[in-house]
Amino acid sequence: MSAHTVGAQPAVATTPRADARPPLRGQRTAWLFIAPFAFFYLCFLLGPSVYMFVASFFDASIVKNGLGNFIGLENYSTLVQSRDFWSSMWHTLQFTLYTVPPLVILSFVFAVLANRMPRGQTFWRLAFFTPFILPSAAISLIWVFIFTADTGLWATAQKWLGSDAPTPVLGTPSLAMVGIAIATIWWTIGFNFILYLAGLQDIPRELYEAAAIDGATPWQQIRHLTIPMLSRTTTLVLLLQIIASLKIFDQVYLMTSGGPGTSTETALVFITKVGFTDYRLGAAAAASFMLFVVIVVFAVIRQVAERAQQKGA
Amino acid sequence: MATTDATGSQARNRRNGVSAAAPAARPSRVATNGGKAFNRITAVVLVVFAVIWLLPSLWAIKTSFTSNAVSALGTQAILEDVNPTLASYSALLGGGDLWNWYLASFITSTLSALLVVVFASMAAFAISRMRFRGRNVVFVLMLAGIMVPADVLIIPIFQMLNTVGLLNTYWAVIFPQVSSVIALFVFKQFFDGLPKELEEAARLDGASNWRIYRSVVMPLSRPVLSAMAIVTFVGVWNNLILPLFVLSNPDLMTIPVGLATVQGSFGQRFSDIQASTILGALPLVILFLIFQRRIVEGVAGTGLKG
Repeated sequence: MSAHTVGAQPAVATTPRADARPPLRGQRTAWLFIAPFAFFYLCFLLGPSVYMFVASFFDASIVKNGLGNFIGLENYSTLVQSRDFWSSMWHTLQFTLYTVPPLVILSFVFAVLANRMPRGQTFWRLAFFTPFILPSAAISLIWVFIFTADTGLWATAQKWLGSDAPTPVLGTPSLAMVGIAIATIWWTIGFNFILYLAGLQDIPRELYEAAAIDGATPWQQIRHLTIPMLSRTTTLVLLLQIIASLKIFDQVYLMTSGGPGTSTETALVFITKVGFTDYRLGAAAAASFMLFVVIVVFAVIRQVAERAQQKGA
Repeated sequence: MATTDATGSQARNRRNGVSAAAPAARPSRVATNGGKAFNRITAVVLVVFAVIWLLPSLWAIKTSFTSNAVSALGTQAILEDVNPTLASYSALLGGGDLWNWYLASFITSTLSALLVVVFASMAAFAISRMRFRGRNVVFVLMLAGIMVPADVLIIPIFQMLNTVGLLNTYWAVIFPQVSSVIALFVFKQFFDGLPKELEEAARLDGASNWRIYRSVVMPLSRPVLSAMAIVTFVGVWNNLILPLFVLSNPDLMTIPVGLATVQGSFGQRFSDIQASTILGALPLVILFLIFQRRIVEGVAGTGLKG
């Protein structure tokens, strides 16, 4: 974009504050440094975003070339009236509600406890963080196996606990999302755990010593010292977690493919189905754009919150 | 992260009774006031959770070492099995699929990491160190790019790759992941923090921008370069949605896409499935054990979230 226009006319770079600027050669060099990255940025980030927005007003399809015919807002009005679209949005929200609170609270607890331990830091990190670096496909295969109906580890544990005929987790519409949420919590908690551990390292030890001298119990120290001091990390963790949950695709695709029925079909799974299974690329672009806007709103909130905290600090 | 080192030295300090003598920034360790019982409960709770967290992986490992016939019978049979076998592993490693997946994942992850580190650091160097017209526009675009959820762009990216005929090539997996704005941002932050004096000395000696980038800034940036390379490598290695839709040729499948087909093709052969899981995850586990600090640091520093 501007890379080309500016690079093409370096002659106009004479300004009143010429002493503050490097010579013309520096101008062109700067753009040469930026050009390779800018190329990929324009082709695979900015370009697709704009293309998606434009395509959402056309009846593009995978089977023919180009954008197709301009149909105005028809894609949007069809979506808004479609039950599948709203149910996919609801499932996304459902997944977010199931995963965000445990992921934030448990990771906080784990980090606070691990930080109190005199030994074993490497072990705790290994136990809680290792799942996070595994491919989603690997963790899904593990959990699908654990959730195997009747003979799987989960069902067997339920039998030990006294249930005669445990309901299959992934095969029951009302339970499937819970199963996906459990796998997700196991998989990604290490990320928040690490962020909280890093936050805990920043709390000055003197504060705890002062609190201890004042006779604060460990529980009071956590409540009145640790939690407030970590509020910055909590905001970050919370918003990152919400953004990640809105984009949920892998675990659903791999564990249930949106089933049973469409009971676990989340927004991005719905979008890929409309686009790649039904070949309705225009409609998929419209749905993508709506999800895109929702996620960007949270991303903006994150940036604003981070900036406000940096100023406050 | 210097967690372990710092806590170690602190414990030593405390033993010597000099802990208060060095008030400089150091990890907080909770004062042990009124807390013997509390600390014991802490330890028990943490151990219980750690065991719960290790259980699924251990279960997968155990299953992968039983035979398909036994694992098909269910949990009880797997638990009682005392004849570990490498049958699933030798079957998988003897076949060609797994090696193809490894190759595809290795090529795409390595090339992406390389391109990200080179291109993003170059651009970050210009943004951080050079004054030029349009710099503000670049800066705004960079901040905007951080907020763009790349996964949601799968439909237009697919169309774009289709138009230029790159579908079913490794490039279709590599190129879209080169535009890592987060890496650019991390590099810029790092370069901003480097002292200007070194660069100015080089400039007085007549060094060009390229020379300063190559010979002054890059050598100073090794930690951040390797952290970003590893984070990118792991991210590309684990990416499912992009290769899933832009590669349909089984010979080009990456590990996540290959693993996604395992459930369907292996059916009830649970040992084979879990052995695939272990083998698919193994390279990253090894990488993690070697580069634990870098990965943890990189992940914590970038806020990259799967």
